[in-house]
Amino acid sequence: MEQPQNEVTAKLTVPQTATGTRPGSQPRPQAGATVFDLDKVSVYYGAFRAVTEVSMNIHENEITAFIGPSGCGKTTVLRSLNRMNDLIPGARVEGKIRYRGAGLYDVQASPTAVRRRIGMVFQKANPFPKSIYDNIAYGPRINGIRSKSRLDEIVETSLRHAALWDEVKDRLGKSGLGLSGGQAQRLCIARTLAVEPDVVLMDEPCSALDPIATGRIEDLMQEIKSRYTIVIVTHNMQQATRVSDRTAFFSVLRNEQPGRSDTRTGVLVEYDRTVNIFDNPRDERTQAYVTGRMG
Amino acid sequence: MAGTAVNPGRQSVPDLREPAGWRRAKNQIMTGLMGLAFLIIVVPLVLVLYLVVQKGIGAISWQFLSGPIPPNVMPLGFNGSGMGPAVVGTLEITGFAALMAIPLGVLGAVYINEYGGRSMLSRVISFMADVMTGVPSVVMGLFIYTIWVLHFGYSGLAGSFALACLMLPIIIRSSFEMLRLVPDNLRQGSYALGATKSRVTLTVVLPAAVGGIVSGCLLAVARAAGETAPLLFTILTVESTNTNLFSGANTALSAQIFANATSPYVGAEARAWGAALTLIVIAFVLMIVARIITARFTRYSR
Amino acid sequence: MSTVVKAGPAHAAGPAHPLAHRRPLGDRGFALLALIAGLLVLVILVLIAVSTAQQSANWFSSVGLSGFFSATWNVSANKFGPMAFVYGTVISSIIALIISVPVSIGISLLLTEVLPRRVARPIVYVIDLLAVVPSVVWGLWGILILVPWLQKIYGDIASGVKGIPVLDSLFGGPNTSGASFFTAGIILAIMITPIITSLSREVIATVPSIDKEGAYALGATRWEMIRGAVWPHSQGGVVGAILIGLGRAMGETIAAALVIGDSPEVTSHLFYSGFSMPAAIALEFGEASGEFRSALIGIGLLLFVITLVVNLFARVIVERSARKMRGA
Repeated sequence: MEQPQNEVTAKLTVPQTATGTRPGSQPRPQAGATVFDLDKVSVYYGAFRAVTEVSMNIHENEITAFIGPSGCGKTTVLRSLNRMNDLIPGARVEGKIRYRGAGLYDVQASPTAVRRRIGMVFQKANPFPKSIYDNIAYGPRINGIRSKSRLDEIVETSLRHAALWDEVKDRLGKSGLGLSGGQAQRLCIARTLAVEPDVVLMDEPCSALDPIATGRIEDLMQEIKSRYTIVIVTHNMQQATRVSDRTAFFSVLRNEQPGRSDTRTGVLVEYDRTVNIFDNPRDERTQAYVTGRMG
Repeated sequence: MAGTAVNPGRQSVPDLREPAGWRRAKNQIMTGLMGLAFLIIVVPLVLVLYLVVQKGIGAISWQFLSGPIPPNVMPLGFNGSGMGPAVVGTLEITGFAALMAIPLGVLGAVYINEYGGRSMLSRVISFMADVMTGVPSVVMGLFIYTIWVLHFGYSGLAGSFALACLMLPIIIRSSFEMLRLVPDNLRQGSYALGATKSRVTLTVVLPAAVGGIVSGCLLAVARAAGETAPLLFTILTVESTNTNLFSGANTALSAQIFANATSPYVGAEARAWGAALTLIVIAFVLMIVARIITARFTRYSR
Repeated sequence: MSTVVKAGPAHAAGPAHPLAHRRPLGDRGFALLALIAGLLVLVILVLIAVSTAQQSANWFSSVGLSGFFSATWNVSANKFGPMAFVYGTVISSIIALIISVPVSIGISLLLTEVLPRRVARPIVYVIDLLAVVPSVVWGLWGILILVPWLQKIYGDIASGVKGIPVLDSLFGGPNTSGASFFTAGIILAIMITPIITSLSREVIATVPSIDKEGAYALGATRWEMIRGAVWPHSQGGVVGAILIGLGRAMGETIAAALVIGDSPEVTSHLFYSGFSMPAAIALEFGEASGEFRSALIGIGLLLFVITLVVNLFARVIVERSARKMRGA
C-alpha cells in the first residue's frame, strides 16, 4: 500500500478503502478538541498592521465562521492558518499559532507540509487548465501516489464527497475549465479533499455563486464536517447562522490614531457559539453588526 | 516534534517538517538550474563588454572619431587617421532613417489603435506588422538593392531606406502598445468637448503616450545603428566621408567593423575594436536615455 | 468623433440644419495619412516578394526544380544549388535553439516565479543589455576571440570521439575548424536568448495568481506549482516565443557570416565549416554578377519566405494561446 514515505504524521494516513473513511486514524477524541490555538496573533504587511492580537481556539469537527465588515482582517487571519500569507512579500505574523500543539510558524515547520494538512478553497473557483481527473489527481500525484488504480479511487471518492461525481463521472477527461461556477467550486473542494487534509479553510466560497449552488455547497459542508474541521469566511450572515457552530466577529480597531484614516487594523471582537453571537451578543459592536446597523 | 505511532485515546502532535527527500530536492535542483541559466547567459555578455572596452579603449581618441580612414595597410593612428567617416555615416544614415520611420511608424500605430478598431484590415495590418519584425535584415538590404539601388545607385539614402524598413514594424508595435494603455476616458472627455478625432489623437492621446513612444523609438534607433547587413547592399562601403546623403556611396561604423573583421591587415583589428566600442557606446547611451524616459515620463504603463 | 452632415428635410432655400457640420479637411486628411502609414506595412511586404522574385527569375528558371534541391554550389561551373546554405541555416539554428531554449525558459521562470521584484528588475536590465549589443560586435568577438579558442577545443573533442559511432560523425574530425556550424550555433544562441526570454516572461506573467495560489494551497512546492499551474497556461505562448527566436536565428546575417566558415558543404560534422543563407548573401554579393547575383537574390527570397512562414506560425500560436487564457 502506498504511503508517502516522507510523511511522518501522527494521525493522517492515506486511506485504504474507497469509501472515504480513514481507518488509519484514531477514534475521535472528545468533541471540542482544539485544532488551532491562536495566541495574541497580529499580522503585518510590511509596516501596516492588518489585524491585531487575535486569540481564539478553533475546535475539531466544527464549522467556525469568520464574519465582519470588509477590510477587518477575516481573510488575513484565515490565510495565516495555512501560511498562505507567506506568499506575500513583507507579510509577517506575530504571536503564536498552534496547530494541534505544533507551532505553525516554527522555524522547522515547512509551508508545504502545513498546506498538505490545511487546505483552502478560494473565493473564485480556480480549476487548473487540465482535465477534471487531473485536477483532482494533482494533489495526490505530488505526494507520490502514482498507481492508476489508487488515483482512480481517490478521484471518485473526492468527487463523491464534493457531491459532484454523478454530474461529471462521464467526462472526467474534459477540461476543468468548462464547468459552471457552482460545479467548478465543487471541483476545487474535491481537489482539496483529495489530499486528505485535516482542516478545510474556505474564503467566501459562495460569494460568486447563485443561491442554488450556494445551497448545495452549504449542504456539502454539513456532510463533511464530521470528517474535517472547517473554517469559513463569509459576508453572508444568514449563511453563518445556517452552517456554523461557532462564529467569530471581526471589526476595525477603534480609532487608534486619529488622522490616519487609511490604516484599518482588524480586531477580533467576539467569539462564541453561533446561537449566542446572533441571539445574545455580549459586545455592542457585534449587536450592531448582526442586526444590520453596521458593516 | 516527533509524531509516530498512533495511540488510541492520545493525540500526537503533528510533524510539520519539510516533506523531505525527493520533492524538496527536485525543487532545489530546479531552482539551481534556473540560476545556472542566468549565469550561462551573463558570461558571454561580460566577456564581450570587457574585451570590447579593453581592446577598443586604446584606440579611442578625438582623432579616432574624426580622422579619415586610412588605406587598409596602414596601422591605426597613421597620419591622424581614424574612423571619422564611419561615425558621420552612422549618424546621418541612421538619423535619416529615423526621420522616416518614426512618423510613419507612429502614424501606423495610430491607425491600428485609433481608427482601425476591430476591422479586418486593421487586424491584418497589426498582425503583419508583428510578422514583419521577423524579416531578416539582409532581406531588407536586398529589397532596397533591387528596388532602388539598381535604378539610382548606391547612396546613404538607400541605406536609410533599408534601415527605415527595419525600424518601421518595431516602432509600430511599441507605439501601439503605448497607445493602447492610454485610458479611454481621456479620449471621451476630449470628444465631449467637441474635438474631432484627429485633434483628440494629436492633442490628448499622443501626448499621454509620448514617453513610452519616445523610448520605444530610441530603442529602435539603437538597433538600427548597429545593423550591418542592410547597409552592405545599399551604401557600398567606402572610406571617405560623404555628407551628401543622397548621392554617392557612404560608410558606417557597422560596415567598417565588418570590413575590418575580415581584413588581414595589421591595424585592422584595432580599428575594428575601436569602432565596436564606439558603436556600443552609442547603442548603450540610447538605451539608457530610453530607460530614463520610461521611468520619468511615462504616465501609463502596464 | 465627427458629426455627419445631416440631410435635413428639403428646404428650398432655407438655412441648413443647426447641427450640420462638414468634417474638416484636416481631420479627413489625418485619417487618410494614418491609413496610408498602416498600409505601408503590407505594401512593403508585397514589394519585397515581388522585387526579389523578379530579380531572381533568371536563376530560378535556369536552375529548375532539380537544381533547386541540389547542394552543389560552384560559381565557376555556374552551378547554383542552394541546399548547402539551407542546410547550414537549419543546422546552426537548431543548435542555437537547443542551447538557448532551456536557458531562456530557465531565466524567465527565475525572473517571474523565483526572484522578488526588486532583484528581478536589474536582471531584466542585464538581459536587455544583451539584446542591445549589435550583431556585428558579436561577430567580431566571435571571429577574433571565440573561433581561435574553440579551434583547439574542437580538435581535442574530435580526437576524443574518434571511432565512436554516432559521436564521431557529429563531433569528429579531421577537418574541425573554429569557424563552424557549432560556433555559429553558439553565437546565435546568445543572440536569440533575450528575445525568447522577454516574450516568455510576458506570457508567464499573465498566468492568474489565483491559479498559483490554488496549487500552493494543495501543499505544492514551487517547482510543482510551476508544472501544475503555470506551465499549462503558458506553454502555447512559450512555444510561440521559441519559434520567433528560431526565425531570428535563421535570419541572423553578420554574426553568423563571420563565424560559420565559408564552405558550402552538407555534412554531419558539426565542427566543420559551413555556410548559411544570409551569410552567403552577405559575403558573396560583392563580386557577384549575372546569374550568380540572381542566385543570391533567389536565396534571399527563399530566406524571406521561410522566415515569414515561421513568424506567421509563431504569431498564430501566440495569439491562440493568449485568447485561450483570456477566455478562461
